Amino acid sequence: MGKRVGMEVSIAAAEAVKQANVDVISAYPITPQTHIVEHLSEIVANGELDAEFFCVESEHSAMSICIGSEATGARSFTCTSAQGLALMAEMTYIASGLRLPILMIVANRTLSAPLSIWNDHSDTMMIRDCGWIQFFVENGQEVYDHVFISYRVGEDRSVLFPTIINMDGFILSHVIEPIELIDQEKVDKFLPPYQPLYRLHPDQPVTMGAFALPAIFAETKKAQEVALRASLPKILEVWKEFGDLTGRYYHPVETYKAEDAETLLVTMGSIGETASVAVDRMREEGRSVGLVKIRLWRPFPFEALKQATLHAKNLVVIDRAVSVGGPGGPVASEVKAAIYGEPLRPTVYNFIAGISGRDVAPFDFIKMVDKAEIEIEEGKKDGYELYGVRE
Amino acid sequence: MIEIRFHGRGGQGAVTSAELLALAAIHEGKYAQAFPSFGPERRGAPVVAFCRINDKPIRIRANIYEPDLVVVLDASLLKIVNVASGLKPEGMIVTTSKDSPEKVREILNVKNRVGVVDAVKIALEVLGLPITNTTMLGSVVKASGLVQKESFIPPFKERFGRIAEKNIAAFERAYQETLIV
Repeated sequence: MGKRVGMEVSIAAAEAVKQANVDVISAYPITPQTHIVEHLSEIVANGELDAEFFCVESEHSAMSICIGSEATGARSFTCTSAQGLALMAEMTYIASGLRLPILMIVANRTLSAPLSIWNDHSDTMMIRDCGWIQFFVENGQEVYDHVFISYRVGEDRSVLFPTIINMDGFILSHVIEPIELIDQEKVDKFLPPYQPLYRLHPDQPVTMGAFALPAIFAETKKAQEVALRASLPKILEVWKEFGDLTGRYYHPVETYKAEDAETLLVTMGSIGETASVAVDRMREEGRSVGLVKIRLWRPFPFEALKQATLHAKNLVVIDRAVSVGGPGGPVASEVKAAIYGEPLRPTVYNFIAGISGRDVAPFDFIKMVDKAEIEIEEGKKDGYELYGVRE
Repeated sequence: MIEIRFHGRGGQGAVTSAELLALAAIHEGKYAQAFPSFGPERRGAPVVAFCRINDKPIRIRANIYEPDLVVVLDASLLKIVNVASGLKPEGMIVTTSKDSPEKVREILNVKNRVGVVDAVKIALEVLGLPITNTTMLGSVVKASGLVQKESFIPPFKERFGRIAEKNIAAFERAYQETLIV
């Protein structure tokens, strides 16, 4: 084990980007992502990292520059939040369509209006279908580790996809905690320089993102869809290798005291840690409750989710975003879709909690489990509620 | 696990206090976490910051509702904010004040242990500024014994550079002058 160093999670993220030896950083500051960009600009200005740092005038340009630089074979990085992500949304589809392994950290923040700077998942859910590999992390160590993991997976010639690391704004980005840093030598071995399959170069001209008539577009889209699904084995392989290197093993779906549980909480992102404390408290009272945490959001790990949940009676899925006028939260929709074809499946109860940074404490999870268990017992199917709203 | 809540006013360094305490604990090989009550920064308005210290990894990411220790960086808050809210019966309050610890206990109407130091006076004399963040940490260490004094030196040096020595001096004076009941 390496030495644990106390630092802000945003600083740890920036240090990982430096250690990943990126060539191009292009970003526009927005709360709560700001500290990552500030620290990276210092790192480049101090000469600690030989990279081009582009101060752009908008997030649309930030992503456009990453697309251009990555297309020439330069390892590229950006990060944003909320309205910034909304402004770059158009270009996220271009990046994945061109199969450019850019890395973007999204410090998740609520989309306005009303104007809010606090954390939830409404920003990233807006671009859920943009065709990127998408991770959710629970703590600073996982942000740091996934910078290396993301480039390693995305740049693999069997993958070639951009990656989003979703880290909860403020709840992770502004917290000081211990981070175990990896020696540069180990990083370099794990993450060799990017060797692009195709790249823009004047001597060997290629066309990227050409016009596609209806006669060919569907085939292109299918190729993208098949390839993103097929990235799963590579992600598993890289996680295994990273685990062997550091002792930290990651999985698409992770469980906590779930194997024998009648009721399972299902979470995604940093609330998973707090939920595990709530599970401990409920277990102490003799209740049969466990936890399932989704780490890999795209490609969605259908099989792993089924393995982790099908034995349970109740699933209490906690979402951090609302599909307004729709079926509830996006995570619950995916969970229901994953288990729909099973003859014996748990009943799903969906809470939307922690909208716009409202605190979610262990006792909140206990209240949600209480309510879901009672209502399911009374025969309610597909329960759905915005938790803790004053009416 | 020990949970600490800091009360201050925007600009006094409550967040910095929480961060330095966490960094000192991590320096000792402990696990720790520090975070502000997230929001737009407002100079002069009451703010809170949080710190947790544990021997094992910390898995909780919610605010602190039942602290073991409350630290107050501005004496005027004692009368306008319920700083003792949720404080555990065996918990403790450490505050800056010109009053005696007995008097502070009376003002707060609590039975808890109370530590008092005139941090504003020390900060003005040593630093030349009424910023009480590092001064109050000296008082916290004296009153709670949570973290070793020496563990603050590396984070102070990293955070304050050439004015680290002055902050260490203010910290040390508060450590010596803290009164506890």
